[in-house]
Parts: sequence; C-alpha cells; structure tokens
Amino acid sequence: MTALLDTLFNGLAIGSVLMLAALGLAVVFGLMGVINMAHGELMMLGAYTTFVVQNLFKTGPLQGLFPAYILLAIPAAFLVSGLAGLLLEKTVIRRLYGRPLETLLATWGVSLILQQFVRSVSTAFALGLIAAVVLALLAPRFMPQAWWQQRWTPLLSVGLWIAAAAAGIALASGLGNVRALDQPWFSARNIDVSAPQWLRGSVDVVGVTMPTGRLFIIALTALALLAVHWFLQKSVWGIRIRAVTQNRPMSNCLGIPTETVDALTFLVGSGLAGVAGVAVTLLGSVGPNLGGNYIVDCFMVVVLGGVGKLLGTVVAALGIGILSYVIGSGSLLLVWPAMPSGLNELVTFFATTSMAKVLVFALIVVFLQFRPAGLFPQKGRMVEA
Amino acid sequence: MSAPISVSTNDHRRDPMGAPMAATLQIQGLNVYYGESHILRDVDLSVQPGQMVCLIGRNGVGKTTLLKTVIGLLRQRSGVVELLDRDVSALPPHARARGGIGYVPQGREIIPQLTVRENLLLGMEALPGGLGKNRRIDPLVFELFPVLEKFLGRRGGDLSGGQQQQLAIARALLGKPKLLLLDEPTEGIQPSVVLDIERAVRRIIETTGISVLLVEQHLHFVRQADWYYAMQKGGVVSSGPTSELSKDVVDRFLSV
Repeated sequence: MTALLDTLFNGLAIGSVLMLAALGLAVVFGLMGVINMAHGELMMLGAYTTFVVQNLFKTGPLQGLFPAYILLAIPAAFLVSGLAGLLLEKTVIRRLYGRPLETLLATWGVSLILQQFVRSVSTAFALGLIAAVVLALLAPRFMPQAWWQQRWTPLLSVGLWIAAAAAGIALASGLGNVRALDQPWFSARNIDVSAPQWLRGSVDVVGVTMPTGRLFIIALTALALLAVHWFLQKSVWGIRIRAVTQNRPMSNCLGIPTETVDALTFLVGSGLAGVAGVAVTLLGSVGPNLGGNYIVDCFMVVVLGGVGKLLGTVVAALGIGILSYVIGSGSLLLVWPAMPSGLNELVTFFATTSMAKVLVFALIVVFLQFRPAGLFPQKGRMVEA
Repeated sequence: MSAPISVSTNDHRRDPMGAPMAATLQIQGLNVYYGESHILRDVDLSVQPGQMVCLIGRNGVGKTTLLKTVIGLLRQRSGVVELLDRDVSALPPHARARGGIGYVPQGREIIPQLTVRENLLLGMEALPGGLGKNRRIDPLVFELFPVLEKFLGRRGGDLSGGQQQQLAIARALLGKPKLLLLDEPTEGIQPSVVLDIERAVRRIIETTGISVLLVEQHLHFVRQADWYYAMQKGGVVSSGPTSELSKDVVDRFLSV
C-alpha cells in the first residue's frame, strides 16, 4: 500500500512538472496550431527571472520577505516570458501563420538566439537590444502612411530592421566601453536558485515522505490548470479565443479583432511557460540549455493528449509521469517480487531514467499508430475544415 | 450577351427637405479577382435606409463574392465600398462589423464547439464595447426564433440546418447592424422553416428599420424585397423595383 502511494506521489510529481511545462504549449500549439520550438527557452527565461527575483530579495531592504520571493517570482516570470512571447509573435510568428515548416525552423533559430542571449547578456547588450526593437517597432509611426502600401514596402521594412539593428549594436558597443555595463548578467554557467526554507522540508502522510517542494509544484500546477480552464471557458477573451480557433474568418466577420486574439493567446501560452520555469528551478540548478530537456516531452504530452484538448494534456502528462516513474524506478519488482526470471531481467533493463524514457516514447509511438489524433480527439465538423 | 433590360438607379430616397439621404451601402466600380480570374466587373449598387434589396442571378455569377467583398473577407482590386457615407474599403472584417454590417454567410458558419448561448454572445462583439460590456441577450431574438431559447445549452454544431440558420440570423441581429447581409438564407432548409425565416426577416425590417442585402433563389422570398439587382457574369445587368420584376427577367436570372 505504501509502495503504491509512494509510486503514485512520485509519478504525480513528475507528471505535474510535465503538465505545467506542456500547458503553455497546449495553448500555443493546441489552440493556435503554432509549432513553437522556442517554448523551452521561454521556460528558461522564467527560470532566470526567478533567479533575478531571488537575488533582489537575498540582500538589501527586502531581505525580510525572502521566504515569499517565490510567490512574487511567479507573476514576474509570467510577465517576462509572456512579453518575450508577445515580441516573438509580433516580429516572427505573425508573418508565418499557416506555414508550419517555416515556423518550426524560425522558432528553432529563435531558441538558439535566446540560449546565447542569456549567456552573453550584459547591461550594455540589453540596452542596445531594447533600443533596436523599440526603434524598429515605433519608427513606422513617424513615416508617411503611403510608404507602407508601395511595391518597395518589404524592402523598406527589412531595411528598417537592419538600420535599427545597426543602431542597437552601435549603442551596445559604445556602452560596452564602460566596464560596469559590460559585465555579463549570468554567464554560461548554470545558476542555482535556493528555495526558501519552507520549501525544503518534507511532510509524512501515511508513511509516504512528500518533499514540500514537490507538493508546491503540484499545487502550482493545479492552480495554473484551474486558471487556464477558467480563462478559456468563462472569460470574455476565452470565448473569443475559442471562436477564432474554430472559425477564424467568421469570427472576424462578427467583430472579433483576430490579430489581438492571436497576440493574447500567444502571450498567455508563453507566460505559462515562464511559470513552468519557476517550478523547474525548485528541482535543481538550471542553465541556458534547460529548454532542450523539456521541449520534446512537452510536444509528446500535447500530441498524445489530443491537440486542442486541455483534459488530454492533463491525462497525458500524468500518464507519462506515472509510467516513467514506475518503469524507471523498477518498482514493479517491489510489488511483485516473485517475478519469473526473464521478465525480471527485462524490468531491470529498463529501470533507469533514460531507458524508461525510451520505453515510454516507444509506447507513445505505438499508441499513436492506432489513435493518430491522441487520447481525446476533437469531434465534430471543425476537424475536416 | 444581350442588352440590359433596364438598369435604373436606386437612389430615389430623399429626406423631407428633398435632399438625398445617405445610402446605407454604396458600392462604386467594384472589381474583384480570385488570383487572376476576374469575378466582379465594375459593380455599382446601393442599398437605401430601411430598404430590402435582393441580388438575383444564376450560380457562379458572383453574388456571394459581392457579399464577401462588402464584409471585407475579400479585397477589391479597385472600387469603393461606402457604409453610411464612410469609406470602409480598406478596413478588415471586424472593423466593418463594428461599423454596422451584420453578415449571415452561406453555410451559416456557426462556431461548432461553442454553445448556442456563446454563439449568440459573440454576435454582440459588434456592439460598442464588445462582449465585455454587453452580456444580456436581447429577448427579441427568442421571440423571433423560439427554438433557440430551448437549445441555449447545446453545442451550435449539433443543431439542424434550419436551426443553425436561425441562430446565424439571430447572432447577426444582436450586433444591432445597420445593414444585414443574408446569403441564401433558405438554401437546403425545409419549407416550414423557410416560412419562419421569411416572416422573421420581414418583421426585423419593419420593427428595426435596418437595411437588408439578400442573395436568394426562392422567388417567393425575392418578391418580398423592395428592389432587385440581377447579375450575370460578374456584372449587374438589370435592376429595378421588385414589383416590376417581370416573368421574362425571372426566367433569365433565377435558376428555377
């Protein structure tokens, strides 16, 4: 009984990290159909935001509030990742709607840029970048309207971005001469976020030791799930988002500003990635390559669950979590010690984290052969449309 | 191609002082292409306040294309679309909807996974403030289409064709449009529901005074309109009051 509960709890803990990470992708990929390979890097940005918030509270006047910093890091990470996602949508993804292959390649490029960004960002670098982006986004407002309806408009807009980038680089290298502004913020090494004291203990429930950090992640996941469910099902923007997902042209004809809806959906999905980043910092040290560890698992969860269904994401994440734990820990042997020797060796063979992952992915691939639309496929006419 | 039978201008409405009133919809020199194929050729058309105008013509002459261009789903290559004296030619569909155009497309285009209530709520997006400020569904629509009130909690995609048509009209009405675009509202619907829809449209015009631009094949429904435009090969070839719609014109332009 205790072994079973222990397995369930650990599976739930693994599954809830997966679920939190995949929730944002379920919104972005599931609802909008955008393959965002930079989703993992948006998580990484959330993790780094947590690190920054922690450092703000470590010393100085806010020190007394240190135990609560993680609660403040959650909205901060949501905001940072959400705004980064919004910028990504406005500058790259918007131009590639309906072209999945190009989106995949472009967002993969963005993910590499983001990884290098956290390695080399310094104050001078950041100021230069902000200047360039603001310049490129605002400059069109000060140009004659007629310039944007010409044959050479694409050239103008590319030229504008190149000019803005040049200005940003000039500013960054100018400021880089000042030593204080040239220090990298994070460097390429991993960062460690130290959890506040109340997240380091553990609770014993009917013989099962549950680390409070894990319990916190489970609670955070449940809360995020409820919030997303409420947002999509009950809020005004949720109705708009669902309408645009199902019938874009008609939603437009009803008076729904579809471009605003796209931007908001992307912001929410990216912000959720940031929240997942906060949770990941509680599991160990994080580095610029954090995203790569999660992106494949996230897509697996969304595809297995059935694109466009939150319930599918929940069940798939928990299923993968529990299955990985059961296989990876070899706890089948504990439940059934008198296993025949052949089976015994098979179970032992897969009883490592990486081999368990191989087996789980193989099972998912087999499952998708029989149910290509996942666990909870969309029903109705919109599937054919 | 034979010479036009009669093309009269539909701008006879004047206010009590004798000055011409602003047309609800004024289209001038509209040319629309699908890729390189020329669909609409120099279309001129107007809809006066409170008027019901019917577009007739055989399949594939560009009636649906014209409505799609009015709502903004298709872009004209040249020409002007004016709504109440305001040029809307460059606006996206959602801005035109907020400007006062309600659109009931061919095929109805109900949002399938949303409930009937949510579909109706979406109709109010066109009101000032959008859905955020308008959450009460005007009971008038349930008076016109009682079946909708019964099925408020059902998914839109589960309704029958006739019910979806009623839902689509109710949804468009909730945006309080100045101009209602109806694209074949009786296509593929059982005769008893057709009468319901005709009666409802008639009543909407009488009680709210909005203008209607209708594409229709049913002669009975066409006769209810005040004015007709007959189209052939992407152009308007004949127009006039429907009371003067002769059997000759009907035979030539309606596929019945």
